[in-house]
Amino acid sequence: MLQKTFENIDSIGRAIMRIKARGVHNKELAEVIYPNGDKAFAQVIALEDDQVTMQLFSGGFGVATNCKVRFLGKPIQVGFSEDMLGRVYSGNGRPIDNGPDLTADMIRIAGPSINPVKRLIPKDMIRTGVPMIDVFNTLVRSQKIPIFAKAGEPYNRLLANIATQTDADVIIIGGVGLKYDEFHYFRERIEEAGSKHKTIMFIHTHRDPIVEGLMVPDLALAVGEKFALQGKNVFVLLSDMTQWSDYLRQVANAQDQIPANQGYPGDLYSQLAARYEKAADIDGAGSLTILGVTTMDDVTHPVPDNTGYITEGQFFMKDGFLELFGSLSRLKQQVNNRTRADHRSIMNAMARLLSEAEERVKAQKFGSVKDDYSLRLLEYRNTFQYELMDPFRYLELEDALDLCWVIMAKHFKKEEVGLSSALLDEYWPTTTNLTY
Amino acid sequence: MQKTKGEVISVSESLVGVTNLQGPISNGEVAHISIEDDTRLKAEVIDVKSGGLAYLQVFEDTSWIKVGDAVIFDGQALSVRLGPGILGTVTDGLQNPLYELAKKEWFLERGMEVDPLDNTKEWSFSPMVKVGDVVSAGSVIGVVPEKIFQHKIFVPFSLNGKYTVKHIVPEGDYTIVQDIALLEDLKGSSISLQMAFEWPVKESMPFHKRSVPQEPLPTGIRILDALFPIARGGTACIPGPFGAGKTVLQHSLARHSLVDVVIIAACGERAGEAVEIFKDFPDLMDPRTGNSLMDRTYIVGNTSSMPVAAREASVYLAATVGEYFRKQGLDVLILADSTSRWAQALRETSGRKEEIPGPEAFPMYISTLISAFYDRAGLELLPENETGSLSIIGTVSPAGGNFDEPVTQATLLSTGAFWGLSRALSDARKYPAIDRIDSNSRYPSLLEQDEVEYLLELLRDGKTIASNLILMGEKGITDEAYIRYQKAELTDAVFLQQNSFHDVDGFTNPERLKEMCAAIRQIIDAPVHLEGKESIRSHFNFIRQAFIDWNTILPDDEAYDKQRSKIMNLVKQGLHATENV
Repeated sequence: MLQKTFENIDSIGRAIMRIKARGVHNKELAEVIYPNGDKAFAQVIALEDDQVTMQLFSGGFGVATNCKVRFLGKPIQVGFSEDMLGRVYSGNGRPIDNGPDLTADMIRIAGPSINPVKRLIPKDMIRTGVPMIDVFNTLVRSQKIPIFAKAGEPYNRLLANIATQTDADVIIIGGVGLKYDEFHYFRERIEEAGSKHKTIMFIHTHRDPIVEGLMVPDLALAVGEKFALQGKNVFVLLSDMTQWSDYLRQVANAQDQIPANQGYPGDLYSQLAARYEKAADIDGAGSLTILGVTTMDDVTHPVPDNTGYITEGQFFMKDGFLELFGSLSRLKQQVNNRTRADHRSIMNAMARLLSEAEERVKAQKFGSVKDDYSLRLLEYRNTFQYELMDPFRYLELEDALDLCWVIMAKHFKKEEVGLSSALLDEYWPTTTNLTY
Repeated sequence: MQKTKGEVISVSESLVGVTNLQGPISNGEVAHISIEDDTRLKAEVIDVKSGGLAYLQVFEDTSWIKVGDAVIFDGQALSVRLGPGILGTVTDGLQNPLYELAKKEWFLERGMEVDPLDNTKEWSFSPMVKVGDVVSAGSVIGVVPEKIFQHKIFVPFSLNGKYTVKHIVPEGDYTIVQDIALLEDLKGSSISLQMAFEWPVKESMPFHKRSVPQEPLPTGIRILDALFPIARGGTACIPGPFGAGKTVLQHSLARHSLVDVVIIAACGERAGEAVEIFKDFPDLMDPRTGNSLMDRTYIVGNTSSMPVAAREASVYLAATVGEYFRKQGLDVLILADSTSRWAQALRETSGRKEEIPGPEAFPMYISTLISAFYDRAGLELLPENETGSLSIIGTVSPAGGNFDEPVTQATLLSTGAFWGLSRALSDARKYPAIDRIDSNSRYPSLLEQDEVEYLLELLRDGKTIASNLILMGEKGITDEAYIRYQKAELTDAVFLQQNSFHDVDGFTNPERLKEMCAAIRQIIDAPVHLEGKESIRSHFNFIRQAFIDWNTILPDDEAYDKQRSKIMNLVKQGLHATENV
């Protein structure tokens, strides 16, 4: 097909450009050709009569009114092959590890969602060795779950830990708005853990144009989905989706869209959902699990808020600990009835007592906590934090459950914990030495 | 009839502008856009502008549309097909059965349309009219047995005036596309009927005769049935931040509510949640019918990653099907999850149309649409002394969990019960995390009204004393107040809290609810002659323990009565403690 070249550029913004052209498709990929022969990619995002609005992958800086635009007659695609394992790519699919270009079969990105009837009910626990996850908020294969944390918390370390300590067949790291040292950290951790041969990285750092950052989740998920369809269990790590949402806001703003909350576009929820919903346990094939990072100060901010409604829970990290309150795994009920008979009950009892203790923390500030029970609750809270909340301490699920019983018996009487008599008879420990 | 044609002039995500209209079009009409590879994308007219310009919202991904692509208008509003074969199915927001789509593709590729109902299945039809009878819209011309009930075959509600039956097929097996009757109107023009017909989704079906919801609709969830009930034909809303237990509550309602038909509108929410229902329900037995739970369920799945424009269609589709089953004389419950996603879809489209935005950029008319939707619920008095009801329970997902936003506020104005979910309660694992103080209902409870007041007062007292406890400590309040506090805590722990994953505790029928309430009442009324916070607390801890054990025993188990006596003996110990010392 003859590809026509157009020259009548109307306007150039930070990430958006408008040009007069006809016969152009919505979402078509285009090439912007600079006067010196350099090329950059752009994508059509809106059409109105002969006016074409395009998103510039490399940003608007340096685009000249005498640039030419060639529409390529195809949508955005990404390569897919086993050879990509071990490699590092940028947000427009270009290798950034000095390796050879992607020449493999091209596949579509941001495709339609899988038919829900092709999904299986998630049923396999993923053992992470992190007590706050395995005991209290069990991770399940095909789950989509982000870490909510302030910027600067060790979330990337936890992300890399979980990915490498579990049994994923393929790990895909989608880095959006990473600092260079974070990128470097991921690379090192993957190599140290001996997981490089099964890892693909799509990396956008702060020096790269934001539109490339916007593309990263779509590339990572398209490749991940393809591996999953081939029967692989895939882990996709997305860090950080708050930055991604920020880029989305910038581009929407450049298009003069009416903002909804705090300047974010009204479709923020749908945009995030379209990515996270790629997570699936596919009937007759493999699975795709998404672990994300959502940096935040306040959980009611539009990004964590919308994310919370989309994902199947979240791990809330604060001061380096994984918090019990604020964390949630919506899928844990699918698996924690098949681990050990006491799992659900002890999990709930521990949480209830901790919540009672939290109330005393407030009261303590008024100096009104003097009774024995309240003081025991506060001691319990300290033990809980010290023994269980460190996300970097490795403990098998069964050991962690035993530890929970010991902690409970150390601070409480049987009738104070609100558990059924049958369970108490079977599990209440005779010794309360914390031997772990 | 010649169909009107047009050409695409603009594309912006799901909004497509059309010009060069060659003929009349109507607002709300369905249209199809033909793109380069011959895929046809379904759309709906949402605005007609001056200068021969119309705006469509497209129900599919709009990639690869070009300016100049051909548009054909169907001449019909978006409609739902009503007839035998709806129960037990799962469709998308446009009534495409998902299992049928899955036979074609793994993914929901755009442009795929399949018949909403199975046109090949034969149903055993028994005629109810004979030649010469005079019928009108809504008359029953026959019945077919379907899963849980005798499905009435109506004269379509869209027909006006009186008709004479000219022909009716004999008893036998027919498909929904075969002619089963021939009617003739007064002018002598005839019309042939099939078992299925269409109704525009956005138009509510007129009531035969409307009545006021009064009879409680038992849900099996104690806090609702006792304190904040919903009535048959009533409406309720569940607003709450994420993670407060909306999903689990919905599933519990879908499983246990004592109604004939449950319709789940999964509107813009996680696909996984709908999957859990349609993969689990076929294997679960409905104790009232002995059939699979799926036999009474219909699921509309327009989940969050499916095209946004179809979200609106999905809630209306659910409402229309609900009204149809109400006309059948059934008790129907719609669970709409979530109306906020529908409102957000409207916001997206409104923004693209560059309408002047209202609060939080929602369109100005959002509250009108929400009210009109909930008004489709109701109690209907049907001919032959039958009644049917349609109840709607809608979830709301307020941004930031803040109820002071347009969608929550509009919903509160339109519904009869308010079940506010609280993050504080869910953090404390006090499920269902329905706020005990702020929730309300204007429907009658399964309990007597004075019992409800009695419990609510205890809970309010408990909350007041709890805040004093924090301020002043245990030593700062009297033993008497502490006992009142413990009674409130106990009521919360053993009665209001419920483990919805437990086979026995997860569902409480009205009979057991009353028995539990009587036991609670006995505990609350019993004076406690104990001194010292420690012994009071321990007293109630033992009662709580025994009561929780009782909650997990089935009434026909011999341990049931024994456990009840055990609780009451423990209560008596508090009564006599001082004498024992």
